[in-house]
Amino acid sequence: MRDGQPLVDLAWVVAHLDEIARRTLEHLWIAALAVGVGFGVAFGLALLVLRVRRAYGPIVGLTGVLYTIPSIALFAALVGVTGISLLTAEIALVIYTLQILVRSIVAGFDAVPADVLEAADGLGYGRLERLRRVELPLAVPLIVAGLRLASVSTIGLVTIAAQLGEAFGGLGVLITQGLQTFFATKVYTGAILSVALAIGADVVFVLIQRRLTPWARAGANRLAG
Amino acid sequence: MEVTEGHAAATVEFRHVTKHYDAAALRAGAPGAVTDLSFVVPAGRVCVLVGPSGCGKTTTLKLVNRLVEPTSGQILLDGVDVATGDPTVLRRGIGYVIQQVGLFPHETVEENIGTVPRLLGWSAARRQERAAELLELVGLPPSRYARRYPAELSGGERQRVGVARALAADPPILLMDEPFGAVDPIVRERLQNELLRIQERLAKTILFVTHDIDEAMKMGDLVAVMATGGRLAQFGTPAEILAAPASEFVARFVGADRGLKRLALVRVGELALRRPVAARVGDPAGPARDRIRADPFPYLLVVDPAERPLGWLDQDEVPETGSLDAGGLQPAVPVFDRRTTLKDALAMLLDADVQAGIVVDEDDRAVGLLTVDDVVAWLRSDGASRSPADAGREPAASDTPRSA
Repeated sequence: MRDGQPLVDLAWVVAHLDEIARRTLEHLWIAALAVGVGFGVAFGLALLVLRVRRAYGPIVGLTGVLYTIPSIALFAALVGVTGISLLTAEIALVIYTLQILVRSIVAGFDAVPADVLEAADGLGYGRLERLRRVELPLAVPLIVAGLRLASVSTIGLVTIAAQLGEAFGGLGVLITQGLQTFFATKVYTGAILSVALAIGADVVFVLIQRRLTPWARAGANRLAG
Repeated sequence: MEVTEGHAAATVEFRHVTKHYDAAALRAGAPGAVTDLSFVVPAGRVCVLVGPSGCGKTTTLKLVNRLVEPTSGQILLDGVDVATGDPTVLRRGIGYVIQQVGLFPHETVEENIGTVPRLLGWSAARRQERAAELLELVGLPPSRYARRYPAELSGGERQRVGVARALAADPPILLMDEPFGAVDPIVRERLQNELLRIQERLAKTILFVTHDIDEAMKMGDLVAVMATGGRLAQFGTPAEILAAPASEFVARFVGADRGLKRLALVRVGELALRRPVAARVGDPAGPARDRIRADPFPYLLVVDPAERPLGWLDQDEVPETGSLDAGGLQPAVPVFDRRTTLKDALAMLLDADVQAGIVVDEDDRAVGLLTVDDVVAWLRSDGASRSPADAGREPAASDTPRSA
């Protein structure tokens, strides 16, 4: 950092609101796409696990190994296959969500009480109907818990994707450029906003869960009243 | 309308039904096997399957709604083999209640009860109306309970909702797997009585699983005692089984106190009751004194003009002249009606420490006497085998007391 420079130069921020907003939206969009696609893939894998239990070990093992690869290394490795592209960034980000999401979705379905499933079968629910009307709603709390973790970690990882290039780094681009030019304002702006995005995403998921599971608070109300 | 009140009950018949599990299923904790099971439950009757754990009683129940498929044999509902149709369609026509209830935690009480009606395509308005009706039936005011979630209910309330849910589409058959096993004894007793009351109105065919022999004797018109390996050890009315256990196993299972259990199955009105020697207040005392002195029972029963009991008078205290008044009487307790069970009557007699209780009719008129000796004599005479076909829970309300 250069001497005499304020920590955050508000004049620069005001002058660059356009760019900051664009980078923020880009960041959000890249993360949302990764979590969305990751959720779809993880949900399919979880359904497979529910059908074929033996698949759980290998699937969790594989996603676990992928999860341990350092993000920079994974981005670099993928560049060799898919080039410097949004696809590269997304593939890496999706891979990182799988470990969290597969486990949480399977745990969500496993948490549905056996007596509830027996009652559902005994009353004449078909297989799909049971999945949609009984198992899925009851799996929501754990699934949403997984989505919260995955979205927070993905929002953090997008900043690293900025290493791939200015086109797909979101707020990470501000951070990278700030570091390269010793301009603290840019670094802080990017960092603070990406933390704010992560917190915001977390809050949104909590609100969604409250909406979807009014029944989960019923027991607590009873204890309180 | 898919379901009407028309088919109130159906006959359930097991024909040589066997269910064996292979080694892998057994390791995975498969329930008890069933071996060559044959019996018929007539429409509108309660059949209790009772036996030690692992005897296949739950498996037997699940064979009816095809949660378990038999290895061989047939199960017929009103003569139709259950194996012929789609199992989910079959299940929507059979009420199912399990011990842990299995209410859907994410649905309100009303939505839970509306499950099968919704699967059958009833409109929302009709489902709601039906849920309210059933909540009334099981004693939960709909205005207070319809919108609650299962987490907001007590154990007993959950069981009631479970029963209401099973009855929602008015199925002809109800399967109940230890429905009251998870509630405390006081609540269990109340739920049992409520189910009997509901059954008096609805007359469904009910298959009821329990490991509690007392519950079996109380709830069953018919009882199937099952032994380990899923064999039928005895099938009959509770009175038949208590009076004449078919084997050592059954005798041991029903317990050493089966004599006392039989008392709970018989009502006062079923015995040949001795007529009390009674006189109205204001009657001339002389003739009354002569009558009671001629009777082996030494107390005169003094009644009011409507023949309701007022109290006892020792035969030596009956005046020789004048008329009877209501003074100096010993209290007229205990009083039974004809529907009191012998078990309760005996308890009341022992508790009141008197020689005889008074049996009254619907208008509270004294119509008979019951003594501890009468109860003991009935047990010794093996009275329960007298008319096993209708000595179950059926009250013998039409019996008229005969003089001894």
